Amino acid sequence: MIEFKNLKKAFGDKIVLDDVSHVMETGKANLIIGQSGSGKTVLQKCLVGLFEPDEGEIIYDGVSFTDMNIEQRKELRQQIGMLFQGSALFDSMTVEQNIMFPLDMFTSQGFSDKLTRVNEVLKRVNLEGVNKKYPAELSGGMKKRVGIARAIVLNPKYLFCDEPNSGLDPQTSMVIDKLILDITREFNMTTVINTHDMNSVMEMGENIIYLFDGKKEWSGNRKDIIFSKNERLNKFIFASEFLQDAKDMRMLEATGKIANDRNMDDMLK
Amino acid sequence: MLFFNHFGRYLLMLKGMFTKPENWRMYWKELMHQCVEIGIGSLGIVVIISVFMGAVSAVQTSYQLVSPLIPLTTIAQIVRDTVILEFAPTVVCIVLAGVVGSKIASELGNMRVSEQIDALEIMGINTKSYLIMPKIMACLITIPLLVILSMGLGIYGGRLAGVATKILSADTYDQGLLLNFVPYNVFFALVKAYTFAFIISTIPSYYGYYVKGGALEIGRSSTKSVVVSCVMILFADYILAALLLGK
Repeated sequence: MIEFKNLKKAFGDKIVLDDVSHVMETGKANLIIGQSGSGKTVLQKCLVGLFEPDEGEIIYDGVSFTDMNIEQRKELRQQIGMLFQGSALFDSMTVEQNIMFPLDMFTSQGFSDKLTRVNEVLKRVNLEGVNKKYPAELSGGMKKRVGIARAIVLNPKYLFCDEPNSGLDPQTSMVIDKLILDITREFNMTTVINTHDMNSVMEMGENIIYLFDGKKEWSGNRKDIIFSKNERLNKFIFASEFLQDAKDMRMLEATGKIANDRNMDDMLK
Repeated sequence: MLFFNHFGRYLLMLKGMFTKPENWRMYWKELMHQCVEIGIGSLGIVVIISVFMGAVSAVQTSYQLVSPLIPLTTIAQIVRDTVILEFAPTVVCIVLAGVVGSKIASELGNMRVSEQIDALEIMGINTKSYLIMPKIMACLITIPLLVILSMGLGIYGGRLAGVATKILSADTYDQGLLLNFVPYNVFFALVKAYTFAFIISTIPSYYGYYVKGGALEIGRSSTKSVVVSCVMILFADYILAALLLGK
């Protein structure tokens, strides 16, 4: 579980995070959503320690991350895996070397044990047989899967994903989402996902925080979104007519009525 | 004000490198990798520059020595001393600032922009220590060796050109090399080589490590790092000459 209380962060005069508090739950996909520039990435970077918040506290399973010294943070970071937006694979290394890197750095295992572990995680992300390929030879979806494999190779307790679906087609996005969700449940990790992708929100949003202009505007799960009266959230999630219709259909199924400002004729056009 | 801002961050970057390595074996591996990249990777250009530098120096010295009263062995002495004192350490290091410096800045810049440095930080690795320290150490190991090689090749290049253009015989040249040799000059050249190696590795590391933006900024920071390194090399060259050779 990761809890953060009253986080504030500003760059110069620009306040990017303003008094944001929430609890990211263990074994669930915790989503941070919001428009571009709403503070999602800054929040995630504060949580992993890449940015230092100006005020507030971050607590990892009861231990204050904010109060930790550099060495304590280093130890904690070995329990953190992160999938970056652009995958952040090391260009000069093969897939195998990329995934083996954390094992080389932090374990004293022999080569054969490390190779066995690398093959295990590659199998887990359905990407066997690419050991000797370089990142430049992989597709976007394959890079993401290698990124996930590298992130989970040390069996982390916490997994952070920054825009895991950016640049991917809808089908591959769903494969990546399912993979992240499965891994989260299988290893009982606290997974924090930063996303723009509304499919992801509706497919895997078990605990969602919506940021607007650096403030926490709304929180709930994917079912709550359908019935939410928050106008900003509705405008953000159901931005297109098509998505608005999809929402109405869901509401109709669940309650027998649709949103007040819409009518059935509009929907069936 | 901007200068002090950069200088402060540069010092903090250097201070940040001194932490206990997470895994000595991995750091050693990275150091060896950098030694190969920087040392072996620059060998070709150093060999070519050095030989031609010595050759041109021999031909031009003979062109300027018009008096028949000056012995031909003087040509060898002048080639030897200019190569050891200036050409090998300074000119070679200025070329290396371009070759090695731009490589270091663009490599680190690319790693920064593509979030590879963030990925290492998240793993709990001190990136300043893991990425920058081996580059500095590799430069401090390989660049003085390249400078020593350059001294030898420069002097040999002078001999080749002298004999080929029939300015003087090989024996006369060899005889001249042994006349009035001052070993302190080699010490002075090595002090310069170590100083320049530090400049060539740390300034591009600073510009690469702190780059912000995209591909364009990587190119800009790479160019800037080479320009600043060259200026600092020339400045340090003057300071060292004034301190160690001044009377």
